[in-house]
Amino acid sequence: MNLGLMLDALVVLPSGIGLTLTLTVLSLTAGFLLSVPLAFMRAFGRPGLSLAVLSYTYVIRGTPMLVQLFLLYYGLGQIEAVRASIFWVILRDPFWCALLTFSLNSAAHTTEILCRGLQSVPKGVTEAATSLGLKRFQIARLVTFPIAFRISLPAYGNEVVGMIKGSSLASTVTLLEITGMARQMVSTTFAPYEIFIVAGAIYLSLTSIAVKAIQLLERRLSTDGHPVHRRKPRLRPALPDHEITTPPLP
Amino acid sequence: MGGFTTQFIVALNVTIGLALVSGCLGTAFGLFLAISKGTAQPRLNSVVTAYTTVVRGVPELLIILLIYFGGTTLASKIAGRYVEVNAFTAGVIALSVVFSGYATEVFRGAIAAVPAGQTEAAKALGLNAWQRWMFVIGPQMLRLALPAYGNLWISLFKDTALVSIVGLTDIMRVAYVGAGSLRAPLTFYLAASALYLSLTTVTLLSIRLAERRYPALGR
Repeated sequence: MNLGLMLDALVVLPSGIGLTLTLTVLSLTAGFLLSVPLAFMRAFGRPGLSLAVLSYTYVIRGTPMLVQLFLLYYGLGQIEAVRASIFWVILRDPFWCALLTFSLNSAAHTTEILCRGLQSVPKGVTEAATSLGLKRFQIARLVTFPIAFRISLPAYGNEVVGMIKGSSLASTVTLLEITGMARQMVSTTFAPYEIFIVAGAIYLSLTSIAVKAIQLLERRLSTDGHPVHRRKPRLRPALPDHEITTPPLP
Repeated sequence: MGGFTTQFIVALNVTIGLALVSGCLGTAFGLFLAISKGTAQPRLNSVVTAYTTVVRGVPELLIILLIYFGGTTLASKIAGRYVEVNAFTAGVIALSVVFSGYATEVFRGAIAAVPAGQTEAAKALGLNAWQRWMFVIGPQMLRLALPAYGNLWISLFKDTALVSIVGLTDIMRVAYVGAGSLRAPLTFYLAASALYLSLTTVTLLSIRLAERRYPALGR
């Protein structure tokens, strides 16, 4: 163990945090936006539509993200039409390739998570909303989705952590995020474990923060259990009825 | 695809072998940790919690790199000359570590889900600790853990692709080499995806079969 080297790594590696977080946040956002309509289609759509979404999520979730990344980054260039099109500007850049792969991946995972949440919304709730005269879109926006989101938040937390960890794959397409920086440092210093341990510690703190943030959000959004305790009761509690309320006569 | 078909078949065996060996080792270790977490003193308990937190909070790729390159440095230091750790060995160690970290949490949750009355009833019947685990808690716990445990196997098969980065000739590596030498990356990576997809499908189907064969008791 070389402590000086670990300190060096501690100074150098955090400059990769920016790229890791950029990749993670952007792909989670894109994945989430893409997954909301997909989850509704998967949960409530016609059988054909549901099956189409299922095949997308199944293929993405059934293959390693590394293969998908290489497929986009190296594979698409083989098609002449892609190289001639305007998309080539985006697809030859490793950052956009990684971002696209991560977003598609995150969308597939989030779709399945949200779909399970949507399916576990009690039927009575939506029926009540229908009987109140809400339109279908209003029910989805105001009733079904908020409940489903709350239900799927713990599972979505795992997806967030998975995405932070998955962003380390970007180092395989020459991007210098935390893992990429660490690999570069190792190749110049030949001190693998000092540097990789520091990189691991940085990832661990990032994932811990994400877990804590999701737990905080869960607690903020939770309504069942104790909905009344948001505010302190203003009235003094009534006396228990077995107590003598009349003062004893002298 | 040229002569790469045979290479893909060999690579498929390597991938399956890697997954099976590290999955079994990881299961054994995870089971051991989960049981010791349930019963032992608080200090051991917190060590196990720290282990699972670290393993689950760090990218798998980083663990593989750490064990492959760090292991090489360590082995060289011990042997006094340059020794290279085999990529397969490094992969098995790294993936077992990852698998055991997740499996510990799955088994711990399943053990906690077995009603306490079962243990008490077993104690009342005069079974000793070993018998309680073997005949009462074990079977119920394994059935409860089965769905989540199956998902771990699916992720394990996907994580084996990462070991190709340290040079193991698995499916991903053969695809990489083939893509480079024949200038046909799309074909080779599509072939690799198809192979991985069939592996995960087979895993998924066998889990579903096992779930139907051993459903959770008393639900």
